[in-house]
Amino acid sequence: MIKSLKKFSIFLASVALLVGLQSEAFAAKKSRTLSKTIKQDHVKCGVSQGLPGFSNADAAGNWTGIDVDVCRAVAAAVLGDSGKVKFTPLTAKERFTALSSGEVDVLARNTTWTLSRDADLNLTFVGVNFYDGQGFMVRKSSGITSTNGFKNGISVCTNTGTTTELNMRDFFNSKKISYEPVAFEKADEVVQAYDAGRCDTYTTDKSGLAAQRTKMKNPDEHIVLPETISKEPLGPAVRHGDQVWEDIVRWSLFAMIEAEEYGITSANADSLKTSENPQIKRLVGSEGELGTLLGLGNDWSLNIIKQVGNYGESYKRNIADTGILPARGPNALWTNGGLLYVAPAR
Amino acid sequence: MNLKALKRLAPQLIAVFLIIAVIGYFWNNTRLNMEYLGMEFGYDFLSKAASFDIQFSLIDYDGSSPYFRAYLVGLLNTILVSVLGIIFATLIGLFIGVSRLSPNYLVSKLAEVYIEVFRNIPLLLQLFFWYFAVLRTLPLPENAISFGQSIFITIKGIYVPKFIWTNFNFFIISFILAIIVSFFIFSYAKKQRENYGKHFPAFWVSLGTIILFSGSGFLFGIVNLTFEYPEIYNLTETVFNYRGGVTIIPELLSLLFALSLYTSTFIAENVRAGILGVGKGQKEASSSLGLTPAQTLRLVVLPQALRIIIPPTTNQYLNLTKNSSLAAAIAYPDLVLVFAGTALNQTGRAIEIITITMGTYLTLSILISIFMNWYNKRIEIKEK
Repeated sequence: MIKSLKKFSIFLASVALLVGLQSEAFAAKKSRTLSKTIKQDHVKCGVSQGLPGFSNADAAGNWTGIDVDVCRAVAAAVLGDSGKVKFTPLTAKERFTALSSGEVDVLARNTTWTLSRDADLNLTFVGVNFYDGQGFMVRKSSGITSTNGFKNGISVCTNTGTTTELNMRDFFNSKKISYEPVAFEKADEVVQAYDAGRCDTYTTDKSGLAAQRTKMKNPDEHIVLPETISKEPLGPAVRHGDQVWEDIVRWSLFAMIEAEEYGITSANADSLKTSENPQIKRLVGSEGELGTLLGLGNDWSLNIIKQVGNYGESYKRNIADTGILPARGPNALWTNGGLLYVAPAR
Repeated sequence: MNLKALKRLAPQLIAVFLIIAVIGYFWNNTRLNMEYLGMEFGYDFLSKAASFDIQFSLIDYDGSSPYFRAYLVGLLNTILVSVLGIIFATLIGLFIGVSRLSPNYLVSKLAEVYIEVFRNIPLLLQLFFWYFAVLRTLPLPENAISFGQSIFITIKGIYVPKFIWTNFNFFIISFILAIIVSFFIFSYAKKQRENYGKHFPAFWVSLGTIILFSGSGFLFGIVNLTFEYPEIYNLTETVFNYRGGVTIIPELLSLLFALSLYTSTFIAENVRAGILGVGKGQKEASSSLGLTPAQTLRLVVLPQALRIIIPPTTNQYLNLTKNSSLAAAIAYPDLVLVFAGTALNQTGRAIEIITITMGTYLTLSILISIFMNWYNKRIEIKEK
């Protein structure tokens, strides 16, 4: 039943593509998505069906995660309240249709930024909120400690509809190793099958491996191999063609990262209004007109920082404190030797 | 044209107009929306390289093959599981349906319990049960359950010996020849029975012919059959796997189990209805002619019952084919998983791929219906 419901939802999304956007196509020229969001008073956000650290719902239906925080930041910037988000859980294969049909307006679903998605699927990636790479998990008892230990006939569990499937082929082909790909639609099923011993290894983004490892029957029996076989810059995406909305989502993300750079946190944001540093003052809205340029109130970034926190706070809350990836690695600020370097908000 | 004819035609004209208007509206909307999103409609992507691998394929396929080939792989996998499912569901259904009517209390009760259990649990749950619950209890390759050191059952699949033929063509030609000869034997037997009332043991004679013909190749050493047995090997020091022979993937088995057990319950009920639908007098008449109960079932009851059984069973065949799309949940690479799943996501051509997939299922269903209707016509009572 769940399955057919899901199929039905894909069908609905396709139907939405057939009918849904008609009325929008003739609405306000400036930003259809912005005026629609203000009118319905919530941001429509597409997330995963449950990936700890990125987007995961608790028993009460509260969503948390680093991707979820991007949507909350957009809601705080546009509507002044980070709680005004409607989350739609999507499978890997539903996500792009859901975005292009208007079912969601921001896709924050650990999605890899690639050329074909950017150009062919008509998405626009606004930035990167997590630098990831594909890796492999194996059972400790297998004695494999590196991908050099892989031999012909290895069976590999993975998800369908992701860049993972493509990278996996590139990897095994270049190593001239024959393998058996076992591809499931949902991450939970991949984990169950791998855990049961159906596959010798499980491959997905390394952050995903670390998160899913916590779901195994006995997490200590599994290790993530050191090799990273691909670049996976994960970032929020919006539809092609609405530049105003694109800018809002991009700068909501950038504001979180820049706030960390300048040491502005949810706790001290208000007190920094009288700071000496003009860049800090611009970010907390006591100087300049940055919000107006985006078509928002001037307290847009202050709302983000106060209600959601800066990027470092979000990382700590969702990824580090949950034990998924305690070290920031490439996701540290550029000033700390990481890759996070955003254009200045000025 | 007079007023009466117009009155009769008007509703139909309005209906046709409405249908065209609705289709036109959707078509135009799609076109506008896709234009607005900057999307192009087209099937060019089918000839581009798919660049993903598929676990199980009946034809040659690798990631450099075009999307169209990936579509064919998915389609053939769907057809494979549907055809096997239909065969097993029919056999089980027939057996359970007949058992349900057995005068033996235990047999008929067991059949009833079987039907009620498998009919009333949602198919997806049964699928998860067969795949996850049953799979988990299967052993790892090093502890495989083996039958005569040639068939191995493990969590990674069932490994069976592979047939290695020499001069397979000679064998298959002699086999086909034997079938043709048997056909003539049967028509000879029919003539003997109808014209002279003589009984000719056509079945046994044909069976002998087939064995003799196809066995002759082996006898004279022209045809030879050897087996390639699966053998265990080390993937690492502690991880084992099998190679050689034929691998039946657990995904296919689970799907086949779930589909045929579920559908067989409906077929069993059809069979019961069909048999009960044959008048009691028919059975009594055949016993009074001295036919054995087995002969009565085979020659009198079943031919008449089939006419009642076939039409609703056609529906079950269609359901089974469509239900096979649940495969995606357990990683069996059918049409939905490969084409409407991975291919859709890699290309983003949602409308094109969904229309192709819907068209394919429609075509499959129509082909099954056409075949079953033809068969139904064939077994109808022919008024002479």
